[in-house]
Amino acid sequence: MTGAIRELGAQSILRVQALGRIANFGGSLVGCMFRPPTRFGFFIRALYDTGVLSVALIGLSGFTVGMVLGLQLYTTLARFGAEQGLGAVVGLSLIRELGPVLTGLLVTGRAGSAITAEIGAMKATEQLDGLRMMAINPIHFVAMPRALALALAMPLLNGIFITLSFAGAYAVGVTLQGLDGGVYISGLESAIRFSEDVGQSLIKSAVFGGLLGLIATYKGHACVPDAAGVARATTSTVVTASICILLSDYMITALWGV
Amino acid sequence: MTAPSVSDDSFIEIENVRLTFGERRVFDDLNCRFRKGGTHLLLGGSGTGKSTMLRMIGGLQRPDSGEVRVAGESLGSKTEFELGEIRRGIGMLFQNGALLDSLNVFENVVLPLREHTRQSVEAARDRVAEVLASVGLEDVESLLPRELSGGMLRRVAFARAIVMEPEILLCDEPFSGLDPLNVTRIEALLVQLNRKLGLTVVVTSHHMASSLRMADQMLLLRDGGCVAGTPEELADHADAEIREFLGEDGRAYLARQHEIRDRGQG
Repeated sequence: MTGAIRELGAQSILRVQALGRIANFGGSLVGCMFRPPTRFGFFIRALYDTGVLSVALIGLSGFTVGMVLGLQLYTTLARFGAEQGLGAVVGLSLIRELGPVLTGLLVTGRAGSAITAEIGAMKATEQLDGLRMMAINPIHFVAMPRALALALAMPLLNGIFITLSFAGAYAVGVTLQGLDGGVYISGLESAIRFSEDVGQSLIKSAVFGGLLGLIATYKGHACVPDAAGVARATTSTVVTASICILLSDYMITALWGV
Repeated sequence: MTAPSVSDDSFIEIENVRLTFGERRVFDDLNCRFRKGGTHLLLGGSGTGKSTMLRMIGGLQRPDSGEVRVAGESLGSKTEFELGEIRRGIGMLFQNGALLDSLNVFENVVLPLREHTRQSVEAARDRVAEVLASVGLEDVESLLPRELSGGMLRRVAFARAIVMEPEILLCDEPFSGLDPLNVTRIEALLVQLNRKLGLTVVVTSHHMASSLRMADQMLLLRDGGCVAGTPEELADHADAEIREFLGEDGRAYLARQHEIRDRGQG
């Protein structure tokens, strides 16, 4: 019994220490954003890697999700004679919840894991130590541009995901099922309020991007510097960021007031 | 870097250092000193802490206890930012080069100049061309590290380590993977930097002939401590294990040197 309590205490201390380390890293990361030089070139390169190279995945996923939603919701709404509401239901569900959350999870899998693996590999090959020996802060040089790029790319990718989802739902609901195109568009227009729905969507995706940026760069910096350690850190980034995205989604929704 | 505050000419001091990695004891009450402007060779078997000692001098590895001082500054109490100030005077060649693989050769070598000096683009470009030429590399500026051979990669890393003209140069196996011509070139460059700029060099190497030609002090790491002396002192040491470390090449080189000296005196 005493052993179990001791183990519980030891594990709790380890968790609190890990939280302290990530908070400390987050503080340094934010501090680096306001410290020259700007690393604009590295930021643009990171934006290309995380944003531009994710567009195909996000676009295809968005269009497919829109098609599925169009098919499912049209069939369900038609049972109640309410198929005219397809635009409104698709719009609200995508903008408020599905868009930011699915984009966050997809970017986590594609770009977040890649960032952790890249930084982990840099640590394993002493590139981060090489920077420190040149009196260059690796958080400033490596982590900050990537974290910032993720925080900026996420809302933009969210916008692409939602737009192509609308197109997917339109393709199925209007072109295949025969709903009037004007009804679909006007349903979208009347249901969505910019400040509340779009604003919430943008804030959510920016928060998810910031969280993913912090987690992905921290896990890379903190990994055990060998192949197995990098693999574990990459997996941990996907799991931790996914959970954080889902939890913070609920918190933002609850605080915003549905 | 501030001037040494110590009374003798010790530039790097390691005092009562203990360090363990998990269950493995690396250093146990290690004491050694490195003279300013000297070339110091670290010897020892695998796992005796040669690379770790270089990392301690660079402030990358903190000891469990004891003190590491560089130019009179104790590294133990320094923050990462303060260590950065000290590291500006230190160049380090890592065993695998540690070049940034997303940057090309020019961007790698020019990086310290861009970060810490206000040199014009032309001046920085000239300086990079100069150091690359000094290690025998030309027309490689646009290549990525993955496009270089092992020997070229190490020479680029060496060029990056000396581009800022540091006061201390830490080299982890500088000759490994190099052909004989480039071993001679790097050796000559180290000697030239040491004489011209008064560079303090700490080298780990198993390339005994080159190391002996350069080194004026040798430190053999074993059992968590070290035995220090000139190459001649270690070659004549009472302990056979210590003499063994110089190897056939080393002993033959020293014998030849004795012979040349005796002939000169005669």
